[in-house]
Amino acid sequence: MDLNQAVDRIERFLLPLLSIGLALILFGLFCVCQGLNPLDVYASIYRAAFGRWSSFQNTLLRAAPLMLCSLCTILPAQTGLIVIGNEGALVIGALSATCVGMLVYGFAPFFAQLLMVFAGCLGGGLWIGLLGLLRAKRGVNETISGLLLNYVAIALLNFFVEGPIRDPASLNNPASFPLADSHLLGNLPGMRVHFGIIVGFVACLLSTWLIYRTPLGFSARVTGGNYRAAQIVGLSVNRLMIIFSIFGGAAAGLAGMIEVAAVHGRANDDLVAGYGYGGVLVAFVARQNPLVAIFVSVLVGGILASGGILQRVHDLPDSTVLIFQGLVFLCVLWSDSFYGKLNSLVPHFIHGSCHEIFNSSCAPEDISHG
Amino acid sequence: MSSRFSLSRRIVLRGILAAGSLGLVKAVSGCSPTNLAGNAERDLVVGFIYVGPKDDYGYNQAHAVGAAALSKIDGIKVVEEASVPETTAVVETMRNMIEQDKATLLFPTSFGYYDPHILKLAKEYPDVQFLHCGGLYQNGHPTNVGSYFGYIDEAQYVAGIVAAHASKTGKLGFIAAKPIPQVLRNINSYTLGARSVRPDVTNQVIFTGNWSEPVKEAEAMNSLADVGVDGVTCHVDSPKIIMELAEKRGINCSGYHTDQSALAPKGYLTGAEWDWSSVYQAYVNDIQAGKSLANGSIPHLYRGGLGDKFVKISPFGPNVTADAKKDAEAALQKLLTGELVIYSGEMKDNTGRIVIKKGASLKQRDLALEKMDWLVAGVKGSTKV
Repeated sequence: MDLNQAVDRIERFLLPLLSIGLALILFGLFCVCQGLNPLDVYASIYRAAFGRWSSFQNTLLRAAPLMLCSLCTILPAQTGLIVIGNEGALVIGALSATCVGMLVYGFAPFFAQLLMVFAGCLGGGLWIGLLGLLRAKRGVNETISGLLLNYVAIALLNFFVEGPIRDPASLNNPASFPLADSHLLGNLPGMRVHFGIIVGFVACLLSTWLIYRTPLGFSARVTGGNYRAAQIVGLSVNRLMIIFSIFGGAAAGLAGMIEVAAVHGRANDDLVAGYGYGGVLVAFVARQNPLVAIFVSVLVGGILASGGILQRVHDLPDSTVLIFQGLVFLCVLWSDSFYGKLNSLVPHFIHGSCHEIFNSSCAPEDISHG
Repeated sequence: MSSRFSLSRRIVLRGILAAGSLGLVKAVSGCSPTNLAGNAERDLVVGFIYVGPKDDYGYNQAHAVGAAALSKIDGIKVVEEASVPETTAVVETMRNMIEQDKATLLFPTSFGYYDPHILKLAKEYPDVQFLHCGGLYQNGHPTNVGSYFGYIDEAQYVAGIVAAHASKTGKLGFIAAKPIPQVLRNINSYTLGARSVRPDVTNQVIFTGNWSEPVKEAEAMNSLADVGVDGVTCHVDSPKIIMELAEKRGINCSGYHTDQSALAPKGYLTGAEWDWSSVYQAYVNDIQAGKSLANGSIPHLYRGGLGDKFVKISPFGPNVTADAKKDAEAALQKLLTGELVIYSGEMKDNTGRIVIKKGASLKQRDLALEKMDWLVAGVKGSTKV
């Protein structure tokens, strides 16, 4: 490994830690303003999120949908897209899974669940795939269209839940017909955490493999790294964008299916609980790396899980958790502008010998220059 | 080399022991206060859970006011959590309140908390009583679950009378979330109240589609003011923006959920308010007297109107004339005694269909009113969103 790479690696490890440290200091100031000792508050957050097995289960419960939702941003991000339509994809996935679940009411559980998973993935995948398609074919900004489609998805959910699939018994709290009890996803043995956590974990691992170990993932990263270069080497960049958008949407749709099948048992507007937006946060804090996203999801899940104790023990306002989350997000985004700075601090004469190797290792850029 | 290794291993071992004992001390010292709190058996710990902020000038604030009244009673400790989403989060919050705070009575106040979350947890903790706002209890649900709700449309009826008196254009407006029975009943009662003193009054209804849509609520409010509506009320989670805008546009408004007169000091006429303090005190008195949901000494469904102190009207604002006050108070008295039945025939909906036959009347507790799917004559709008 040459020096530049070593410095880069240290930087990649150090900057996220420093930015989270800075967020902790800023949040500490907030606690001081509220008349509290920040260390006490951090101790409480730790206890409520990771301190005991029971509280850790609370954290895992919240982390499960975050892992899947973060993939909805991470996967398209490999091709250079910034997708924040996760909430919409989750809702559409949940809605499709519910509709199919109602159709297969009498089927054998395993078969029905498989169909629901398929429906959820298909619904979410097509939803975000549409963003990719619009971007690739018509140049529509995928960030804006994703944000707007979130509202469309919620409106569609309300339309279906209050119209075609409404259970007439749900008078004052409109909801779809319930799924068959036998079709619901259970909890992991001896825990109160549902199977979603395993699915999220596996999906993140699969995505890591896809991105870093397959030609398809490599092509996507080349596209994300330099769009023109990718075109020149003959990659079909448009197709890659659409494929990775579909994969991302499928992950969020799967999260929606799991919310329906493991938590709610039916579709209604309770599904819009903010996991989609939480997923965007996780993706950016994890710097679009699905493996890191597993840990960040657990961290963010822990922050969410500690919200209760902050209110009940420290008498902090209910928005405290959002403030903490927001500070972490801002600091991590800010730290992005520091990448590469550490290398320029290393005295120039040490670099000299390494230059040749470094330049030749960066294939796409070479081609674009040539 | 080897001696150095064993030394470091010893140090490591010592370190582990020290850390462990530190943890032990912490655990013991950490435990003692909670044990003490748990031992104080006289204290009834009551948990309140809200779906939004406690100071939303609306649904959640109304409940928080009730909780605050309970916390003043001796022997009651209130724990609260706000902005809890209607998903696994609320299950975890309830569980923590039960296990960490030793709560034995829970008030999870949002509609979406009930099915499946409360129903699931109630089976797991049969000794804890779960009281849910919304009236969703049905036979077959766990016996330690109860549900309560108020006939707040009676207060809306009175507010309608006041609004009709104050209106110059004869056009009222109603901003509502969803066309569900409880909302339709409020719209209809408000309209019927208004038309009881001024039969030519119309009430334009606008549905926003969801409980908390401040932007759409503001748009609806502005468009109502633009078409000459000069008195608005609403059924959304937080009426704050509607009241503030009505004041800015110089028209009258009538509150909902809680007292919003501070937001519109000039145009606030009155409002339909929950009186949860009185309901919660009644529940707590029962429980302190040893009654419980599980043995049936506390009813599983508990509902009431003005007469049962479930709901009340806000104090009259400056734009309410003496005539309006007289009519409103007369109606209030008749509703308190049950002499006035709001839904009595012959009544037509706004498409001309007869919904209540001549001579028939649907009293406050009639189940037919719980399934309302029509808008009464005089309402402009449709139940189809």
